[in-house]
Amino acid sequence: MADAREVARLVDEAHREHWARVLAATVRLTRDLDLAEDCTQDAFVQALRTWPDGAPEKPAAWLTTVARRFALDRLRRETNLRRKLPMLIEEPGDDDEDQPADPLRLVFTCCHPALARESQVALTLRLMCGLTTREVAGGLLISESTAAARITRAKKKITAARIPYRIPSDAELPDRLDAVLTVVHLVYTAGHVAAGKDLTRAVLTGRALELARTLVRLMPREPEPQALLGLLLLTQARRDARVSDDGELVLLADQNRARWDLRLVHEGLARATQALQAAGPDGPGRFTLQAAIAGLHVTAPTWEATDWAKVVTMYDALLVRWPTPIVALNRAAAHSLVPGADLNRVLSELDELGGEPALASYSYLPATRADVLSRLGRAAEATAAYDEAIALTSNETERRFLNRRRASLQV
Amino acid sequence: MTQYMFMLFDDEKWFDDLDEQSWMEGMKLHADFTAAVEAAGAKITGGEALLRSSTATTVRNLQGAEPLVTDGPFIETKEALGGFYVVDCKDLDQALELAKKCPSTVIEVRPVMETGEGAGPPA
Repeated sequence: MADAREVARLVDEAHREHWARVLAATVRLTRDLDLAEDCTQDAFVQALRTWPDGAPEKPAAWLTTVARRFALDRLRRETNLRRKLPMLIEEPGDDDEDQPADPLRLVFTCCHPALARESQVALTLRLMCGLTTREVAGGLLISESTAAARITRAKKKITAARIPYRIPSDAELPDRLDAVLTVVHLVYTAGHVAAGKDLTRAVLTGRALELARTLVRLMPREPEPQALLGLLLLTQARRDARVSDDGELVLLADQNRARWDLRLVHEGLARATQALQAAGPDGPGRFTLQAAIAGLHVTAPTWEATDWAKVVTMYDALLVRWPTPIVALNRAAAHSLVPGADLNRVLSELDELGGEPALASYSYLPATRADVLSRLGRAAEATAAYDEAIALTSNETERRFLNRRRASLQV
Repeated sequence: MTQYMFMLFDDEKWFDDLDEQSWMEGMKLHADFTAAVEAAGAKITGGEALLRSSTATTVRNLQGAEPLVTDGPFIETKEALGGFYVVDCKDLDQALELAKKCPSTVIEVRPVMETGEGAGPPA
């Protein structure tokens, strides 16, 4: 009889690794998300009960079989379930098979364009990561009732509007895949920089990385999922250097690079390079470009020695793919660091962005202006810009950092 | 197959310079759309073009008061409701693909409620 703690750990691990796969396989049978979730949850509860007598060699297969058996039982017994509008499943054949593509069907459904982005994120956390409603709420910094309502509405929309449970066609794939990658990236960044006192929320970053790996595994020939994984790994590699021992934010410029996780750096770079090499006829996609930029940062021996001109070139390419004010801001910030850059010109680039509503509450814009102003020797204006940035940041660690920069101007 | 209503919203400039030629052009665009729907294996089961929104009259039934009749459409917006289609589609993905081919600036795509025999309250 295995130790109860050991079993709990095994089930927990199986939950993290296989939840999406089990749920996705069950959805195809039930054609109903709620029923599929219930049966999947019950399968994990069953695991806790029976695995002390011997855990299966293939937990995913065991869980899938059990969840689907629960589903068949309930479908037979509860005839009123059949009256509910079923989800549209394409190619419903092979009902007794665990199809490897099922998790892709599930994630593309979660991230369907008919669902608002915030619904896509909440649904992905719930259905792909198996987070409880409370965990979703905690991760997204919303109330539990808001999270519950958002998830319920999204599921209702899927049923009522007949969003099909399928993998998009080749023609649809670029846009649909971009949405999925955006959601996974949002999950990661939600965990990476949290409003309030803590800088990281490990649960979300871990889940985002796992999702990224799953996407790579299920779509091995697509470059963008590789690129996203590379981008996340390169960001994750710097985690330990991002917060000092006193819990203070340390910017990339000041990080102790010895604290970077080399294993993650190497893998991240490999993925980023692979993605670049596999770029299609239209050139590298936006995640490939972002990963390439992250790669440039990480391979530089120091902040100062970063090939800023090359970074700017990458941002120029990214702006073509993804013409948003935030990318323009990042490009201007990189431009300000090119040796011999015309800082007045950078300042006017930044000022142009001042009118952008998308950046209105983004502290990075005034913070960047403050930095350029201080380097131009315009301390009073720099101070005002830091004040603006401080007022806009909701992250305590970032606020302390900005305060220190502001204080250093007085010197 | 699921029925969706496509509500077509557009600015009403077409009405301003309307002549025989722009009329024929408009009709051709909609004929092309109809062909695209059929080519996709979907089916248009209903639809009409509407006269411009200034020809509308709105009746508002109020609790405990006489119904209110006003000149003009319900909502005054830059883009006005100009017509609709009811399209029988495989699923929302097909409906959205077809809406992208529909000759109108904005299209709201909404599922039709089943009210035929054997229907009940939607979920």
